[in-house]
Amino acid sequence: MADLTSEFIGIKSPNPFWLASAPPTDKEYNVRRAFEAGWGGVVWKTLGEAGPPVVNVNGPRYGAIHGADRRLLGLNNIELITDRPLEVNLEEMTRVKRDYPDHALIASVMVPCEEKAWKDILPMIAETGCDGFELNFGCPHGMAERGMGSAVGQVPEYIEMVTRWAKEATGLPVIVKLTPNITNILYPATAALNGGADAVSLINTINSITSVNLDVMSPEPMIDGKGTHGGYCGPAVKPIAMNMVAEIARNPETAKLPISGIGGVTTWRDAAEFMALGAGNVQVCTAAMTYGFKIVQEMISGLSQWMDEKGYESTADFVGMATPNVTDWQYLNLNHVTKAVINEEDCIKCGRCYAACEDTSHQAIEMSEDRVFTVKDDECVACNLCVNVCPVEGCITMKTLEPGDMDERTGQPVSPDYGNWTTHPNNPSVQAAE
Amino acid sequence: MSKTPFSEGITAGRLSAAELSENFGDLHPRFDDHEALVAADRCYFCHDAPCMTACPTDIDIPLFIRQIATGTPEAAARTIFDQNILGGMCARVCPTETLCEEVCVRETAEGKPVEIGRLQRYATDTLVDAGVHPFKRAAATGKKVAVVGAGPAGLAAAHRLAMHGHDVTVYDARPKAGGLNEFGIAAYKSVDGFAAREVDWLLKIGGITIETGRALGAGLSLDGLKATHDAVFLGIGLGGVNALGVDGEDKDGVEAAVDFIAELRQASDLASLPIGRDVVVIGGGMTAVDAAVQAKLLGALNVSLVYRRGRDRMNASEFEQDLAASKGVRIITNASPKAVIGNGAVREIEFAYTDDDLNPTGDTIRLAADQVFKAIGQTLEGEGLPALERGKIKVDDAGRSSVAGIWAGGDCATGGDDLTVTAVAEGRDAAEDIHATLMA
Repeated sequence: MADLTSEFIGIKSPNPFWLASAPPTDKEYNVRRAFEAGWGGVVWKTLGEAGPPVVNVNGPRYGAIHGADRRLLGLNNIELITDRPLEVNLEEMTRVKRDYPDHALIASVMVPCEEKAWKDILPMIAETGCDGFELNFGCPHGMAERGMGSAVGQVPEYIEMVTRWAKEATGLPVIVKLTPNITNILYPATAALNGGADAVSLINTINSITSVNLDVMSPEPMIDGKGTHGGYCGPAVKPIAMNMVAEIARNPETAKLPISGIGGVTTWRDAAEFMALGAGNVQVCTAAMTYGFKIVQEMISGLSQWMDEKGYESTADFVGMATPNVTDWQYLNLNHVTKAVINEEDCIKCGRCYAACEDTSHQAIEMSEDRVFTVKDDECVACNLCVNVCPVEGCITMKTLEPGDMDERTGQPVSPDYGNWTTHPNNPSVQAAE
Repeated sequence: MSKTPFSEGITAGRLSAAELSENFGDLHPRFDDHEALVAADRCYFCHDAPCMTACPTDIDIPLFIRQIATGTPEAAARTIFDQNILGGMCARVCPTETLCEEVCVRETAEGKPVEIGRLQRYATDTLVDAGVHPFKRAAATGKKVAVVGAGPAGLAAAHRLAMHGHDVTVYDARPKAGGLNEFGIAAYKSVDGFAAREVDWLLKIGGITIETGRALGAGLSLDGLKATHDAVFLGIGLGGVNALGVDGEDKDGVEAAVDFIAELRQASDLASLPIGRDVVVIGGGMTAVDAAVQAKLLGALNVSLVYRRGRDRMNASEFEQDLAASKGVRIITNASPKAVIGNGAVREIEFAYTDDDLNPTGDTIRLAADQVFKAIGQTLEGEGLPALERGKIKVDDAGRSSVAGIWAGGDCATGGDDLTVTAVAEGRDAAEDIHATLMA
């Protein structure tokens, strides 16, 4: 059986599934139950300065979007960092770490952008026995208005500066948590690297308004008739998060920077995908908040089964394996030709492929009077929309044409050669170079 | 001493009021909001949806389900009523398992269709219960149309005609409007006086006058109606009941199933309704099932439904057959009635077993019976009607009869399949043709 034991920047945990810094990790009661349920590690909910803690709103903190059957697809929140006193959190962390020495316990931290603040608090937190720190440069709401969280994460110079302070203040590993509310993730990632970060974790939540109350005319969650942007997370953000992870993993300058992948991880497969793109482990929040701690059991069994099937003995065997296959559009092989194929046996005759293709794409699907749907190879550009809208998994597939096969759409045989945009005759810069 | 299912003869009060109330409760209670949303979420919004094609009234089913899913059941109701003004009753009585739901792609995919009928009821009840009538009458045209028969076909025609601004008078032989919706459907399919409520709601369009107790031949003549109206629509249904054609058919206790069903629907106290201990229903259609199931629910000890052909040939859908079986009705197939036996009142009925071509095998069976319900089909009654074909008023696709100015639809006319929903479609379409003709 596959070994799920994880070692991430020297921090060991029974598996690569950590709970992200968030409400599930705000207190001892939760964290103990999470470890008992099987989670490999937790990033304790972000600690702030000593003294009177922050306060939260006393109305709704979360908004959501749902898919069919009210399946929660996206969640946003306007909750701040821990609103419990620092000393209470530290006492609890100490007890938990003492009782669970083999599980990872990371302290998430956010204090004002002053050297003294960071250098005072990190050694104090280190006394809990925690395994490392995560610098919260990501929270997009509330704390950012006070010059913390994403207000730091959006300025690479600040990231580098604070990361350096942190590394000077502690010998423990330091993870820098990045905000996605930027235009190019490589700048903050590079800044973290330059500041001496041991790793980055991403993504934090995305600025969002999930819904509008059409009676009151206010964003939700609504507090006394007003709303504010919250941080968006859950399955809906996974594609955005994975792209950012891949960008960092495939960029030569940041390629060696370990990544803790965060963003919509809900199943073992999500975790495997993040890790294949270069994340050394994953952090989970929304899935636990939706289904409870027990979901980690499926993540463990699923990842383990898949690794066995693929012959991977440890997670390190497949981490980053997909990274080399993430490329720029201009390098995609334009001589690779596929066509959609509809399996009539599996087809339930809903006609969604037809509606999608006929109304919005390439008019490449034919519908007979008795509702048999057939792809017109001479029109099909292989866009994949029919595959995506079909309710039956595997009913529509893409068939790759072999070199020499006729592409009925272009009337040309499929070329055996690799050919991309950089060498394509229609590319003006190619012509300019001639 | 109170009666029980074991009491001999035809007697009332076999079950307690509580048992009767339970037995005759809503067969498919209305979805609550949560159930409706979950059910609506299963719809795939198919292209050129098979369910729509299967619906005799062409209701845009994917659209109305999407409207439910997005929190606007009122708009969903409007979508339904646009095509089928009796969508509320059809939601209750349509054999959806052989129409829209049979062809639902999720029936293909998972053997479990989207529950279209119950979603339709959820939507239509929303507006009917709120007393909101979503249509407005066009400016008066000054044209007068007579509709004979206030059943599904007649009501659908009347509503569409009134909507177009014509003045409509609906004549019906019964003391109440509604036709088979009011008199001919099992009580558990239309509880709480829905048929009457639906008629009241439909009439809110305005411009429709209902005259009950007015039958063709009894003070009402087709010629007279033609002379005083610009057009006539006949939706008179099938008033006659086929006879068994066997010895002893005239014995006491041998009755028409439609009369039993009508009496039951109109009864204010089910405990006062007499029912036999040993009941035999002859026939294989919806009427037979409605009679048999209700006899059982009233407290009959033994109820047998006897059909002359095999189960696969029964007009009652598989769902209806299963419903009957689940209520304890014994279904006997391939048996034709041979003689009704008894001294004055029926005591037994003898059947001859037959093969699928109705040839007797030589075997017979006698069933104890103190009550026999005939449900082997109904026939058109009336004098001086337009030309008939196979016992029904011959009409073309637009509902025009052989006589200019007279249209017909529903069970009395050719072309249909004796379903409420088909009658509605025919009434609606004839009304459109009448309108086009009158305004030409």
